Parts: sequence; C-alpha cells; structure tokens
Amino acid sequence: MRGDRRLFADLDLALDAGELLYVHGHNGSGKTTLLRALCGLIRPEDGEIRWNGEDIRSLREDFARDLLYLGHKNGIKGDLTAVENLQVSSVLDGFPITEQQAWAALGRIGLDGHEDLETKVLSQGQQRRVALARLLVNRAPLWILDEPFVALDKGAVELLQQVIREHVAGGGMVVLTTHQEVPLTDGIVKRLKLGWRD
Amino acid sequence: MFKVFAWIVKRDLMLAMRHRADLFTALFFFVIVVSLFPLGIGPEPNTLREIAPGVVWVAALLASMLALERLFAVDHADGTLEQMLLAPQPVSLLVLGKITAHWLVTGLPLVVIGPLLGLQYDLAGDALGVLLISLLLGTPALSLIGAIGAALTLGLRGGGVLVSLLVLPLYIPVLIFGAGAVEAHISGLGGESHLYLLGAIGIAALFLAPLATAAALRVSAE
Repeated sequence: MRGDRRLFADLDLALDAGELLYVHGHNGSGKTTLLRALCGLIRPEDGEIRWNGEDIRSLREDFARDLLYLGHKNGIKGDLTAVENLQVSSVLDGFPITEQQAWAALGRIGLDGHEDLETKVLSQGQQRRVALARLLVNRAPLWILDEPFVALDKGAVELLQQVIREHVAGGGMVVLTTHQEVPLTDGIVKRLKLGWRD
Repeated sequence: MFKVFAWIVKRDLMLAMRHRADLFTALFFFVIVVSLFPLGIGPEPNTLREIAPGVVWVAALLASMLALERLFAVDHADGTLEQMLLAPQPVSLLVLGKITAHWLVTGLPLVVIGPLLGLQYDLAGDALGVLLISLLLGTPALSLIGAIGAALTLGLRGGGVLVSLLVLPLYIPVLIFGAGAVEAHISGLGGESHLYLLGAIGIAALFLAPLATAAALRVSAE
C-alpha cells in the first residue's frame, strides 16, 4: 500500500542461498516499494517478512547486518571523497575497512585516479560506481539492489554482472529490479512480475 | 559501537568544515540579534543589565533553531539517511553522533561567544561566568530536543516553519532556567539551583531525545 493505493497483494515468495530474484514490472507497479518493504524501510499493510524464519521487525539489527540495500539514491556524500565515502559506509555496514582496502575496491570498480576527489565533481555513472564499490567490501549475504545498472557504461555493467554472479555462486542472495539480465553460471533464477498488465 | 559513533561525528565535522558558510550562519545570526537590542533600547546600563540574560538566551534559542533544518535534510536528500536506518547499529546511537557533531558546530560557538556579547550589556565578570555555564549546559539540550522536531518535519513542505512551532514550546524550560540562572546570580540569590535543573533537563534529553528522534526518522523515511 502506498497512500490509499493497493500496489500488490497475495504475495508469497521465498529465497534460498544461491538464488537470484528479478522483480519485473512496469513503472509505478511497486517494485521499489516492495524492495523497501523487504529491507524494513516500509511497514507492509498486512503480512510478514521473515529472515531465517524470524520476522525482520523483531530481528532489526541482526537482519540489518545480513543486508545490503542500494536504492535509487546513491547514499554517498557529495562533499566527501570516494575513499571517505566508502570508509564511512563500510563502518556503518559493520565491516570496517582500512584506507588501503578502500583504494583497492575503488580501483577495481574502475575509479582509478578519482579516489580522492570529492564525489560531487564526478559524473552520474562514476557516483554510481562509488556506491557500488560497497558491494566489493561487504560480506552481507542478502543484497537488495534497486536498478543497479542505471547510469553505468558497458564496462561497468559487465563488471557488476560478474560481481553479482560471484556473489550468487558463493551462496549469496540477490534481489534486484532491472531491465538488464545477469547471465548466471551457477545458482537459481526466480522471477516476480508485479502489476496487472503484462 | 563507539567506533561507529566516532565515525559519524567525524564525518559530520568533515562535512561542516567543507561548508564553512553554513557554519557561520547561526553564529552571525546570534551575534547580530544580541547586538541589535542595545542599539534599539539605548545605552542605559541598568536596563541593559536587566534584560541581558533574557536577550542572550532568546537569541541562542533562535540561532540553534535556525541550524536545525539542515540536521537531517541533506542526509535525507542524498540517501545516506536510508543507509543509516538500515545499518546494523542502533539508530539512536547514530542520531546521537549526528547531534553531537551538530552541537559542536552550531552550539559550542554560541557558548564561546555568548559571554563576549554579554559585555555589551555591562554584565559583571562573575555573571558572565554563570552565563557561560548556563549556555554550556543548556545548548546541548537545545540540540537534542530540536533534533526530534527536525526528524518529525523531515521531508515536509514548509518544514522550517513547522519545526519552530513544534520545537520552541519545548525550549521554554531551558530558556526559563538558563536565563533564570544568570538573573538569580545578579540579584544575589545564587544561580546554582537553576543550573542544576538545567543539567537535569540536559541529561533527560540525552537519554530520551535520541530514541524519540530515531523513531521519528523511521516514520519520516517511509
């Protein structure tokens, strides 16, 4: 429910280790709302969301430790450099990294030479890369990604696909909304279609 | 856990240092408002001495409220607030970190400059000392209480006006005991009891405000 509008109902799905879930749907069908509800940012009108069999509302911080959410907003500070951003978010995520690790992760995501620039001077795609660098340093099993490929160039898309593939192959779980599929080598793909129109 | 708190404080201080213009807005507002009264009322030392504590404290109230709007608004806009709510740390701890940084940036300068402005009102040295202590005890409470209002009005249109309507009534006890401490000292009654109460308000706010703010942020983020 968003406002007075019912976006979806009778939703029942389960995700196991090593599985990837695509959430499809036209604009406004409630993909983002569903993802935010899965994170616990929005309380569903009715029903439960469970993690390891327990309601996420009662797990709270224990669930948060196992979760990495990347929404439409990058969640990075324009006035901090890429390295500072990554370090702060890694501390917040509960997986503190050293400055060297932050530099290495940013290098891998393709930000060589831009690590110590304030992120507000970077392009949209580069800012997205800074946000995505969290995926490289985080060991949370569940990733919830809302349109992760937006604003990325071809090389970055391939890199991200590879990162997601590795995560799923390593027993991780990924929920994502996208129009770009990730070819998996290992693991199970599930699909969820939202909205009454095809 | 303390590490996360320290990082949040560090991050917000770093951000403030890179935006020095914002840093000085509240401080200059405070200086100008306090300086306007002697100009408007006239240089009669006895009158000025009498109104000094009230004027300084009301100005401090308004100045600290002026800075509230930015407390969570920027984090809300760039998505870092979302990430804080999803972090595996108690949200109230992160909130306390943000409030601490906010007080260091906007509250502490008021404490330092307050006695200096008191000189314009011909306050005696010991009265200035009491003013300093009362500001030191009172301004953290202002930041803590104000954070609740800032969190509640987050993302609302006209939030700035709303926050003043919400927060100013809650500031009244701090104003009464803060200004009262200096007045009582000047009149010879001794300001200790007022200062104790001011400290008590601060401690109560320290425990309750982060929890209330965290709950308000969760509602505002939905």
